[in-house]
Amino acid sequence: MILNHALASKIYEAAALNRAFEVSTFEQMKLGSIKFPAYLSAGQEYISATLSVAFQEAGIEQRQIFIQHRGHSTYLSFGGDINKLVLELLGDKRGCANGMGGSASIHSLEANIFGHDGLMGSQGPISTGMCYANKIPTLCFTGDAAVEEDYFLAAIGWASTKKLPIIFVVEDNNLSILTEKKVRRNWDIHDVAKAFKMKAYDINDDPEEILNCLDTEKGIFSEPMLLNINTNRMFWHAGAGIDDPDIFDRHKSFGENFDSEYRLTVKNKYNNLVSKVWKQYL
Amino acid sequence: MNLRETIKEIVKDHLENQNGLVMGQCLTAVGWVGGTLPEIYEDGGMVELSMADVANGGFAVGAALSGRKPMYVIRYQGFNWFNAPIIINYACKSNEIWGRPCPLFVRSIAMEGAIGPVAGSSHHSMYFRMPGMKIYSPMSPNEYKLTYSDFMKGQDVFYVSEHRGSYDNCDDLIDINFDNPHYVLFPISITRFDAVKASHELIKEGIKVSVCHIFIIKPFLPSDESLDNLKNSTYGGCVIDDDYVDGIAKSIANDLANITGNKVEALGLEDKSAGFAKDVDNLPPDFNKIIAKIRSVIT
Repeated sequence: MILNHALASKIYEAAALNRAFEVSTFEQMKLGSIKFPAYLSAGQEYISATLSVAFQEAGIEQRQIFIQHRGHSTYLSFGGDINKLVLELLGDKRGCANGMGGSASIHSLEANIFGHDGLMGSQGPISTGMCYANKIPTLCFTGDAAVEEDYFLAAIGWASTKKLPIIFVVEDNNLSILTEKKVRRNWDIHDVAKAFKMKAYDINDDPEEILNCLDTEKGIFSEPMLLNINTNRMFWHAGAGIDDPDIFDRHKSFGENFDSEYRLTVKNKYNNLVSKVWKQYL
Repeated sequence: MNLRETIKEIVKDHLENQNGLVMGQCLTAVGWVGGTLPEIYEDGGMVELSMADVANGGFAVGAALSGRKPMYVIRYQGFNWFNAPIIINYACKSNEIWGRPCPLFVRSIAMEGAIGPVAGSSHHSMYFRMPGMKIYSPMSPNEYKLTYSDFMKGQDVFYVSEHRGSYDNCDDLIDINFDNPHYVLFPISITRFDAVKASHELIKEGIKVSVCHIFIIKPFLPSDESLDNLKNSTYGGCVIDDDYVDGIAKSIANDLANITGNKVEALGLEDKSAGFAKDVDNLPPDFNKIIAKIRSVIT
């Protein structure tokens, strides 16, 4: 899929909503409005933003999505209700997971997003099993740590064996809390996937790189695939803090493709939207 | 028709007429899981999984989310130590947390004798302590039909604690009630057969032992008649299980004691590892052990 200006704008706006949401959530955490750990996805927004826009462009309407913690951006990018997300973060029964999911176990019935139970990587086999049973295009989001779970590896193997219409998306921020990947393992997940005879790529969260992996001619889900997408986590593993103030910011970088007036307009638009939602429920 | 044939018929119907799935390891190998599976292959919904037990539990859960009401076959209950995590933590919680039912029929099969420290006996207690599921242990054709019917009527996760020793059984297991029994047995799984035998044996000596079968383990809803038996029992009663004694047996014994005010003990696998050789095995309470227990209480 080719990244043209119109597509880039859509991706930028989707990411801007995510960024506005996470920055506002960061502020609410500092203010004490959120009473449990929240896992912010700021810095990683371009993965879900790009994939959701690509699916729209490709006309993929029927799909099922599995997420885990640090999933706010995925939830919003794929059509999760922002009101229900805010309510969930406030522990309200009207929230997207009935006030039981907190930040880590969000889900959306309407958007066909499946929540996570808290066993890291369990969404690997669950998504694979569901995809096997109904053959609906499936996206399984995970992190570079959860993918180390043995059952996740087995899921990749079985999805490959059964040639399922599934894409495993590894949001690789290189960190398990603060333990770097190189401390934990000497292998790369895209190599493992290839060893399982699955198409796999190791790329950056640049929208152009992501889109280049999607084969729209054969069909994005024509065969199982794993995308290891290198990205950066801007905030703490959990909570309102910053580990590295100088970390690369994809949103800032990608925004340079647009003029400053447009950037400001987009920023204000989504800041206002998000702020309005929080004010409604606080 | 015995229990083995009944299960086979139910599975066949589940695949051919209910759009169901049957998933598990080595299903189509010699024996077809003790003769309880019809000779149907993947194109008919009988799905051979990989040898990755933990992931397989997750595959079954995912299939359950799709609404196809899969049966997941675990050939030895002890393998649940690998298979259970995603079933217990996702399937059993999905409806409560997210409003998404995840109806899964776990066929978990027990057997024992010379199969070592993990595979043997029942392990339903590991599920019992967690929320969000029903646990049935059918030992007769009619009980199995009821189990399947209840599963298909609802959206719950079912843990079906089977035992290979019951597969030849054709008969219903009926409670044995006495107005003023000396003792009351509450047996589970394979121990039900020897509990009945023990009652029949002891009545020859004038010792009245009621037997109140526990087929539905969770939710545990004892019948009024069984509670009356226990309330009127001279020496109380005993819950007998095919799992380790520090599990369901003691938990239910405690509930029964609290409800009736009478003393209730527990018998099950001993608190020790099972070895392969006969003299180091760990087998469920059998006829002799049950008789010995009753004699020790009433004399």
